[in-house]
Amino acid sequence: MDTAWAHASEIAAAVTDGHTSASAVVRAALARIAADNPVLNAFTAVLEDRALAKARAIDAARLAGHPLGALAGVPFAVKNLFDVAGLPTLAGSKINRERAPAPRDATLIARLEANGAVLVGALNMGEYAYDFTGENVHYGPSRNPHDVARMTGGSSGGSGGAVAGGLVPLALGSDTNGSIRVPASLCGVFGLKPTYGRLSRAHTFPFVASLDHLGPLARSTRDLALAYDAMQGHDGDDPVCAARSVEPVAPEIARGSEGLRIAIAGGYFRAGVFPEAQNALARVAAALGAATEIELPQAKRARAAAYVITAAEGGALHLARLRARAHDFDPAVRDRLIAGAMIPAALVTKAQKFRRWYREQVLALFADVDAVLAPATPCAAPLIVLDGVELAVRANLGLYTQPISFIGLPVVAVPVPLEPMPIGVQIIAAPWREDVALRVAYALEQAGAVAASKPPLGRDKQPRQ
Amino acid sequence: MSRKRGPKAAPSDPLDDLVDAAARALDLTVAPEWRGAVKANLAVTFALAELFADFPLPDEAEPAPVFSA
Repeated sequence: MDTAWAHASEIAAAVTDGHTSASAVVRAALARIAADNPVLNAFTAVLEDRALAKARAIDAARLAGHPLGALAGVPFAVKNLFDVAGLPTLAGSKINRERAPAPRDATLIARLEANGAVLVGALNMGEYAYDFTGENVHYGPSRNPHDVARMTGGSSGGSGGAVAGGLVPLALGSDTNGSIRVPASLCGVFGLKPTYGRLSRAHTFPFVASLDHLGPLARSTRDLALAYDAMQGHDGDDPVCAARSVEPVAPEIARGSEGLRIAIAGGYFRAGVFPEAQNALARVAAALGAATEIELPQAKRARAAAYVITAAEGGALHLARLRARAHDFDPAVRDRLIAGAMIPAALVTKAQKFRRWYREQVLALFADVDAVLAPATPCAAPLIVLDGVELAVRANLGLYTQPISFIGLPVVAVPVPLEPMPIGVQIIAAPWREDVALRVAYALEQAGAVAASKPPLGRDKQPRQ
Repeated sequence: MSRKRGPKAAPSDPLDDLVDAAARALDLTVAPEWRGAVKANLAVTFALAELFADFPLPDEAEPAPVFSA
């Protein structure tokens, strides 16, 4: 079987049935990483020995007749802010190279591996996750497999690039203001940002405590659901992780969108949208028969409040490092963090109070709708080297994601395979209703409206200057 | 139309004052070559904060994160 573009669900089925072995799947993934990563720059660490040992254990378990997990033999990789036993947790920085090697894996890695998945490496990211581009001054930019001159989006840039480029079928990222949804959009893959508090963040490097989420990126809705189900459940190591029982969604997604009331976000979410994003949204809305527009009240203020909280908390988190070794930061990140540390407390407090007001207004909308559609990014992937005119685009990549994560709503970013570059649409649901967003995503996939398109074969893999 | 001012007459930029005071209070060093970018970031932050700073909320409004004893 050609596992380069196979879904995680297909790999797990083939390994479980004995049509291939976990060892063969993992060796093929390691070979693809060796061949393509020099250009895509998605990986910062490859765990060959560990991955092959884990794969052998899965194959031995199958021979012994033991039941295999739902992700048996599925290679995956994680943004390098996840703790990986034996590696310093870089979080995209130079400074963190000096951290002691992590003594254990992050909770979500352990949960995926408990279901048979095989960790093959750690992925590039924007420094300390304060980024929407996937660029990194220390490790070089993640490159977009659809056009290696273009950015992946960030900050989970390596996660988007590794999945879109066929290096792995599944990756984990983090999303504070859009860092899963933006690279999913620009790289043309599926991304899930679950409800705030749904998945454990334990043993990962933080950014903004009240905004940080973790989640999967993959090339199908089913793969998102399988990974998400494997990672659900309370974890006492993350005080934010909700004490909710596991609510499996993989058995639910085939119900599709029937009976769901789906609306389109208007007002703020219609302003500043480039033609490709309008086109993508129109295709998705048409496939779902969605025509009603609703307004998320004060979304512009919500984005502003998210921005201020992020800057202030980021500045506070890194204050000691800014004092001691400011020269070792990415200059652009350093300047944002220093400014963030200087924000008057009154503004941050007001932002947190506004946040509760906004949350109540938006939650009230879900009395009348089940899901809301909105652009994921204003435009498709910009070039990595931008001139001054386009700098505004870079800062605005999170315009439509920030007002949603601000109140922790679950979102699936679905890829619309436009030419020459794909672009994503957000499917937003009420808190704890990941099932709704995933059902809509699955319906769109079945209708052929969304898909993770394969980058052109024989593409020129040399980055253009 | 503008009269040429000597350096002594130049009004101080309030953002420079903030950067100087905050850097002292926080024991941060802001190198001269970073100052422009730090100020630009603060200017963006204050412009965005204006959007919600005066948003009317009652004194009893609770912040979004809720402490649990």
